[in-house]
Amino acid sequence: MRIPYYPGCTLSTKAKGFDRAARDSMAALGIELAELKMWNCCGATFPLSRDNLLDLAGPVRNLVSAATESDKLAVACSTCFNVLKRSNLVMRNEEDKREKINFFIEAEYAGEVEVLHLLEILRDVVGWDNLSKAVKKNLSDLSVAPYYGCMFLRPPKEMGFDDHENPQILENFLRALGAQVADYPHRAECCGNYIAAFDLETTKEMSYLILASARKAGADLIVTSCPLCQFNLDRWQQDLAMKHGGFRPIPVLYDTQLLGIALGLDATAFDLDKHYVDPRPLLAAKGLI
Amino acid sequence: MAEDKAPITRVLIIGAGIAGIQAALDIANSGYEVVLVDKEPSIGGRMLQLSETFPTLDCAQCILTPRTVEAGHHERIRLMTFSEVTAITGEIGHFTATVQRKPASVNWDVCTGCGLCQEKCPTKVASPFDRGMGKRKAIYTLSPQAVPNKPVIDRDACTWFTRGKCRLCEKVCPVHAIDYEQQATTTEVEVGAIIIATGYNLYALENLGEYGYGQIPDVVDGLAFERLLSASGPTAGKVRRPSDGKEPKQVVFIQCAGSRAPETAMPYCSKICCMYTAKHAMLYKHRVHDGTAYVFYIDVRAAGKRYEEFYHRATEEDCVLYIRGKVARVFREGDQVIVWGADTLSGASVEIAADMVVLAPAMVPHPETRRLAEMLGIPTNPYGFLLPLDDNVLPVETTRPGVFLAGAVTSPKDIPETVAQASAAAAKVLSLFAQWSGVPQAMETPVGAEAS
Repeated sequence: MRIPYYPGCTLSTKAKGFDRAARDSMAALGIELAELKMWNCCGATFPLSRDNLLDLAGPVRNLVSAATESDKLAVACSTCFNVLKRSNLVMRNEEDKREKINFFIEAEYAGEVEVLHLLEILRDVVGWDNLSKAVKKNLSDLSVAPYYGCMFLRPPKEMGFDDHENPQILENFLRALGAQVADYPHRAECCGNYIAAFDLETTKEMSYLILASARKAGADLIVTSCPLCQFNLDRWQQDLAMKHGGFRPIPVLYDTQLLGIALGLDATAFDLDKHYVDPRPLLAAKGLI
Repeated sequence: MAEDKAPITRVLIIGAGIAGIQAALDIANSGYEVVLVDKEPSIGGRMLQLSETFPTLDCAQCILTPRTVEAGHHERIRLMTFSEVTAITGEIGHFTATVQRKPASVNWDVCTGCGLCQEKCPTKVASPFDRGMGKRKAIYTLSPQAVPNKPVIDRDACTWFTRGKCRLCEKVCPVHAIDYEQQATTTEVEVGAIIIATGYNLYALENLGEYGYGQIPDVVDGLAFERLLSASGPTAGKVRRPSDGKEPKQVVFIQCAGSRAPETAMPYCSKICCMYTAKHAMLYKHRVHDGTAYVFYIDVRAAGKRYEEFYHRATEEDCVLYIRGKVARVFREGDQVIVWGADTLSGASVEIAADMVVLAPAMVPHPETRRLAEMLGIPTNPYGFLLPLDDNVLPVETTRPGVFLAGAVTSPKDIPETVAQASAAAAKVLSLFAQWSGVPQAMETPVGAEAS
């Protein structure tokens, strides 16, 4: 099965391992992620003011491009997924905006494409049972904390594929991989997001709450599908360990990296060495790489 | 239907909670016959589950049981419990209702209500009447004061029905009333008018993932807390939390769980929760003197006779701590339940390490109501509450002549309002029956004529 795939900017630069693991893993599961022939930045933020149509032009161009190839578009990055899915809903449901945007980008698009996150494809196309069967490595000794962040689930009516207050898709994903799921209350709390750009200390402390909570729940590892969350959670752990006595740094992986590892794929291309908290000693100790 | 056939001066009342019972007694005491149907084995409805009523703190059962007993013994009230109305045909004056009675597996004509079967039955299951916190036997009555005080067998729990073993109740029954072969029976009743009083249910709190209801045992709903406070409840009125039976020292009450939430649940105010939460917190403090009660609220709506004073009593005399704001997350940590919320008056985030959380869920119509509405062609609002003919001046009438509404079936209501509306519905039925019975229409001597 071939599904057009939108990698996005971060997965083409800072998070190449995320991208590579996504493509390799899905291929191993029989799904070819075919990179869109023409794509551009999604804008990285869905416009906050309702009349800001210009910022929708970028994401919609990607959807128009996808529509020439298929009725589906696969996305791995939570933030791109959020922007593309919501932009698509504007094109589908808001006629006056659709007309203006189409006029501006010279297209005739009405939201025909279904924007799907890789986890949705795993759940709805592959199926958890089939995923389980494809797992080659034993993850039963690994306790993983699922981290959703904000943009993956919210706003709930638009994202709408899981309960935003009690999401289960990452938990079910981890269970399908055979890992233990660490239950902790901060799994959908904000990591600090772009606050890092102007108030780093606040971001660090917000991330610390999540990291410490995951550790307290016995997690060995955190998994997320958002590059900014991954960065915020991963980047400052040495500082946090110095500030908060007793805090042990915890590796933060992308969902697709753990997926690829569980499927027994060659993880050398997954850029595990690019993480600030090196996950390799843990993964090696658990016999996974 | 023959033109000359006289209208039937008998009423069918669907739902035997406080609304149905009130209307039944009003009509029966006026000399007309009542058929009172309820799906439960005995009458009393939700009110029988309550501990004490606001704002007087009267014992709910003490108020209600004289009425259930009167209804049970009334020569003009025919109780049809453990039964559901499956079809209604006809029009005002001549309705035919089909009532299906579920098999009780006990011959009620013979049963004396001695209770020996319940005493000896070896199978215990979680009691829905006690919101799953207490146990009942597989052969059961809802409460020791049940009317009628005749048991039924829960065929999903009884080991004779599930595994073909036991029959102990049959052996011990002194009057041989147990009948495992009993079938559902169908009865047709002819009535001239109908009152729908099917009451309310609680909003499905599992939909509100932030509160952890259904996952954390010490997060309970308001009705469960009523059972914990009730002297006839699973803990005999002692406040004990479900997980380990400990006395909770920190209890967080959360109002508007699903009410006033147009984005996520029900947009309307459920009206009774402010008052019963104040009552819960107050009664909790009366039982656990060293305990702390917190209440998260949006507003305190205490519009009613002596309601505002009741709320003040909770805060001033019983030192209940009111926090204006919503709760964002409830989760388990060790044996505690941590509550994250916002205090919107001070602008602070609040974290409370509680032993127990009590949610005040939105009131929603009983699921059966929609089926009845379809059967009778009565419109509902988007949430399934039945629409009266006019909210202002025809509050108990419906678009269907001869069909009336009483209690929470039209909107959330407390007990006094429900009772008042039930009597109103009864009055409407009685005015029809009086016309049909040929009560003199004109006054023989105009009122005040003597004085002139």
